[in-house]
Amino acid sequence: MSKGVLVDITRCIACRSCMVSCKSWNDLPSNPSTFSNNWDSPGKIDSNNWTVVTNHIIEEGDQIKWRFVKKQCMHCLEPACESACFTHAFVKTKEGAVIYKPTELNQDYCVGCRYCMIACPFGVPSFQWEKAFPYVQKCRFCYDRMKEEGMEPACVTSCPTGALKYGDREELLAEARTRIEQIPGYVNHIYGEKEYGGTSWIYISDVPFEKLGFRTNVSEKSIPSYTWDVLKWTPLIFFGWGAILTAMRAYTKRRAEVHNEAEMYAPVDDE
Amino acid sequence: MRFGKNWKFKITPFRILLIIFVLIAAAAALYRFVYGLGAVTNLSDEWPWGLWIGFDLLCGIALAGGGFSTALIVHVLHKDKYLPIARAALLTSLIGYIIAMVSLFLDIGRWFNFWRPFFYWGYHSVLFEVFWCISLYTTVQVLEFGDIFFEKVKCAPLKKILGYAMTPMLILGIVLPSLHQSSLGSLYIVAVDRLYPLWWSMLIPFFFVWSAFFLGPAMVTVEGTLAARAYKREPEMHIFESLTKVTLFMMIIYLIVKIVDLVYRGVLSMAFNGSFESNMFLIEMIVFVIVPIIMYSITSIRTKLWGVLTASILVVAGVIFNRMNVVFTGMAGAMGGHYFPTIWEWLITIGMWSGLVLMYCFVVENFPILPKEEHAHGSGVSYGAGFHA
Repeated sequence: MSKGVLVDITRCIACRSCMVSCKSWNDLPSNPSTFSNNWDSPGKIDSNNWTVVTNHIIEEGDQIKWRFVKKQCMHCLEPACESACFTHAFVKTKEGAVIYKPTELNQDYCVGCRYCMIACPFGVPSFQWEKAFPYVQKCRFCYDRMKEEGMEPACVTSCPTGALKYGDREELLAEARTRIEQIPGYVNHIYGEKEYGGTSWIYISDVPFEKLGFRTNVSEKSIPSYTWDVLKWTPLIFFGWGAILTAMRAYTKRRAEVHNEAEMYAPVDDE
Repeated sequence: MRFGKNWKFKITPFRILLIIFVLIAAAAALYRFVYGLGAVTNLSDEWPWGLWIGFDLLCGIALAGGGFSTALIVHVLHKDKYLPIARAALLTSLIGYIIAMVSLFLDIGRWFNFWRPFFYWGYHSVLFEVFWCISLYTTVQVLEFGDIFFEKVKCAPLKKILGYAMTPMLILGIVLPSLHQSSLGSLYIVAVDRLYPLWWSMLIPFFFVWSAFFLGPAMVTVEGTLAARAYKREPEMHIFESLTKVTLFMMIIYLIVKIVDLVYRGVLSMAFNGSFESNMFLIEMIVFVIVPIIMYSITSIRTKLWGVLTASILVVAGVIFNRMNVVFTGMAGAMGGHYFPTIWEWLITIGMWSGLVLMYCFVVENFPILPKEEHAHGSGVSYGAGFHA
């Protein structure tokens, strides 16, 4: 059964333990950070920060709410990056993780074209810009822990408030629905249930998602299926258009052809 | 400058300048290969694709569209009156593709892996189709050019083999670019919800291939006029004028489909919402589509060299403008951050296009590409029954 994580935004206190444990498990270098206006430095995912917690100050009338959103790869059920990659360097495993083969399975197919970064609707894959031979980097759902030891991802282990819950995606969806129904205050929306065909990481919140930096009202159809709607015509166009052209060429061809091309053109004499 | 008795290359101050640009670009490219993309470009996680992909690749390939549209008109429909421009169009197209491949090679991070897509089939990727079609089509163009090459460098057996292969190659030489010109547009289908809806459409592959096709005659006009001026020849005005019919007809269809598509998707009003994107879109459609359509349809403009040239320049600029809008304007809102190319990105780009000009000059001065002058003057001259495959 495909695994997932339920992120309950109401329970996150922005302690950033998840960021620390992600770095230590995955052996990622630390970067000097700077202060930002809303204190969420570094604020965005990059090749050394596979997960970040972003801070959002929401004013509702005279009330101020502060909410924190953990961001990382959403591990789409039908990943755009996997379909966009022309060497198939990404793969969605049966456990639910979307992994990058060059670093994960030591299959160095990646060309470094960065189409995955264009394709990802969540802006997740990052590039090692500073390196001469860069890899694409992103959260790998701690695939090593998940696969061999059945352990939950490092970030989930370190979460002290239960904002993150690891489990089978279907069960997590049921739990999310229960929480929305039984605990007052939640927005009636499980982000990731249907967005772009569904994601393994799902979110619930008491603040509308669009105020937390999520893009809402997006397609419920997966990106690979959009692409396939176009790509599936390729063989037909190739052979059909080729046949039409051949037929037209034969039809318009005159009978007596004189090959006099050699006399028609000449090198330019510019001296 | 002469090499041996058969090869020559005239050196002028302008060409020396171009050679300097090429050398600077080569040095910058070397630096980029050693130190990586971060060292020479302003690309970022928000802007993974920049000038080299947006301009050199997307526009380079589109501008090379003259190759396949001319091939279709001359070699499939056998409109022999266009034969004088056929080889020049093929040459520009071939050089355009070489530029595109060079810029792609510069742009990929793990360039030593460039051959991987030939063996690890990500057939579900639009880029896979683009990659295969561009590689195959460049090969086809090199072989087509081989037919010309062996007119000068005598090698009868090879020329004969190429002669047999010419028909399938001509067909492939139209099918492959039709596929990948459209696929270059399909690349942006993944950007649903992110590419501004004025440009995002399931019809974007159609818009890309259609515009690349109608760009062809305009490009032939611009480039033919430039070549005529550079070599003090007579521009092939009657051909340019006649080609405007193709462009005009196709641009009207383009405009109609564009409007129908916007209406169908219910986003036509976004063109008038006053945002930066909507203004850029209006400029694209009015200045670069509607104005050329009007200019092409007025006889007194179309039959003058300045008229047909101005309209054609607008068409060429318009296709570049469209590609830039898709890659930059349309994506800016969703991607965040900002991007402006570094001086190195510009220098490498300038160097590549300078190389294109130099290659063009060298080839037309050494190979039979342009028609003999006496043919270019006479309008009633028969070019024989046609191009023999």
